[in-house]
Amino acid sequence: MASIKRIFEDIARFIFFLGRFFASLIQAPQEKGEIARQMYEIGAKSILIVGVAGMAIGMVLAMQTSSTLARFGGQGLLPSMIAVAVLREIGPIITALVVSGRVGAGIGAELGSMRVTEQIDAMEVAALNPFRYLVVTRVLACTLMLPLLTVYANFLALLGGYFAMRFERNMSLQLYFDSALRFLNFSTVLPALGKTAVFGFIIGTLACFLGYRTSGGTAGVGRSAMIAVVLSTIMIIVADVVLVKLTILLFG
Amino acid sequence: MIAITNLHKQFAQQTVLNGVSLHVPRGETLVILGRSGSGKSVLLKCLAGLLMPDRGSIKVEGTEVVGLPPKELAALRQRLGYVFQNAALYDSMSVRENLAFHLTRHRRLAAEECELIIREKLRFVGMEAALDKYPAELSGGMQKRVGLARALVLSPEIVLYDEPTTGLDPLTAAEIDQLIVRLKEEAGVTAMSITHSLDSAQRTADSVAVLHEGRIIASGTFREIQASTHPFIKQYFALEALL
Repeated sequence: MASIKRIFEDIARFIFFLGRFFASLIQAPQEKGEIARQMYEIGAKSILIVGVAGMAIGMVLAMQTSSTLARFGGQGLLPSMIAVAVLREIGPIITALVVSGRVGAGIGAELGSMRVTEQIDAMEVAALNPFRYLVVTRVLACTLMLPLLTVYANFLALLGGYFAMRFERNMSLQLYFDSALRFLNFSTVLPALGKTAVFGFIIGTLACFLGYRTSGGTAGVGRSAMIAVVLSTIMIIVADVVLVKLTILLFG
Repeated sequence: MIAITNLHKQFAQQTVLNGVSLHVPRGETLVILGRSGSGKSVLLKCLAGLLMPDRGSIKVEGTEVVGLPPKELAALRQRLGYVFQNAALYDSMSVRENLAFHLTRHRRLAAEECELIIREKLRFVGMEAALDKYPAELSGGMQKRVGLARALVLSPEIVLYDEPTTGLDPLTAAEIDQLIVRLKEEAGVTAMSITHSLDSAQRTADSVAVLHEGRIIASGTFREIQASTHPFIKQYFALEALL
C-alpha cells in the first residue's frame, strides 16, 4: 500500500516537474551557450555508438531477409524493404534505445552527483536558477539531437544494407539508393522522425527528473542512473506503440 | 543583522528544530555548536531559503525569508554568501570558471574587470595560483578556500559557513578560521557558522549558541559557554579536551 502511494506521489512530482520545465521554457532568456554544449555532449559524443548500431542493423537486416526474398523472386525489392523498415521503425527505435543507455545514464548520474555533493544547492543559494541551467538545457538538447542522430543512423543503416548486398550481387550505390527510396515519401519519413523528438524528450525529462531529486549519497547516484535507463527504455517502447498507431490513423 | 524567532522544522516524524531563536548583530559572527545530526545544517539551509521551516520567522537585514516570493528571495541571496561543508565546487568548471559563473550572471562587467575581481578573491584566500585548476586537482583544504572565494565573489554582506573546518588538519583549519576573522574585520560581514569544533568556535566567534535536540540550550560568549553547568555542554567540553 505504501509503495503504491509512493508511485502516485512520484507521478505527481514528475507532472509538477514537467510543468516547471514548460514554465521555464517560455521564460527568456534561455541558456543558449549551455544548450549548444549539451547538444555537443549528447549528439556529437553519441556518433560512434549510434553509427555502429545503425550500420550493423542495416547489414543484419539485408543478410537476414535476402534469402527469404530470393525464395519468392523478390530480391530486387530488398533495398526498398530495408529503407521502409529502417526509416519507419528500426532506425528511430534503435537510436532512441542506444541514446537512452548512453545519455540517460549520463544525465542521471551527473545531476545525481551534483545533487548529493550540494552543487545544485550552491547554484540555488547563489540565485542562479539551476533548473533552467541544468534541466531545461539537457531536455532541449535531447529533444533536438535525437532526430539528427536518427537521420545519421538511418543513412548508415541503408549504407550497411548496401554493403551486405554487395557480397551477394553486384549493384551500384546509385541504383541501390534509387531503389531504396522509390517507395518513400514525406508522410512515411516525417512522422517517424517526429516521434524521435518525443523519444528525446522522454529520455531528457526522465533522466533529469531522477538525477535532480537524487538522495542517499553515491548509492543514490547509481540508482538514479539505472532507473533513468530502465524507465526511459520502457517509456520509449510504450510511446512508440502509441505514436505508430496515431501515425497510421492520421497518415494511413 | 539576522534574527531567527521560534523556528520549527520536522522531517516525517522527526523534529529537527524545535523553537530555535537567535540573533546576530550586524558585523558579528555567531557560531552554532552542536553534535552531528543536531539540526545545525538544517538551520543554515532554512536561513538561505533552501529549506522551508514549518513555523517561525527568519529576518535577514529586516527582510522576512520565510515565504519570500522567488524574485525577492533571489535578490536577497545575492547579498548572501554560503560556504558549503565540502565546498560544492562545480566539477566541470575550472576555479576561474567557478567564480566567474557566479559573478557574470549577476554583474554586468567587462572581462578584465571580472578577471580582476576573481583574482582579488582568490588572492584573499591564497589560491590565485590555482586559477586554471579543476576541483579534482585540489586538496580538501584548497577546495574549501576556493569555495570561500566563490562565496565572496559578489561581496556579500552576510556569509553562512557550513562546517568550514571539518575534515581538515589543525593547521589548515586554523588558516581557514583566520580567513573568517579577517573577512569580518576587513569587510565587516555578518556571519553565522556551524561547527562542532571548539577550537574553531573560540577562534572565530563573537558569540556562541549551543544547539541540542532541536533547541538552543545556551548562548553567550565562548567563555560564558565554557563556564556553563548544563550537563550536555560540560560533557561536550570534557570530551573535546580529551581529543
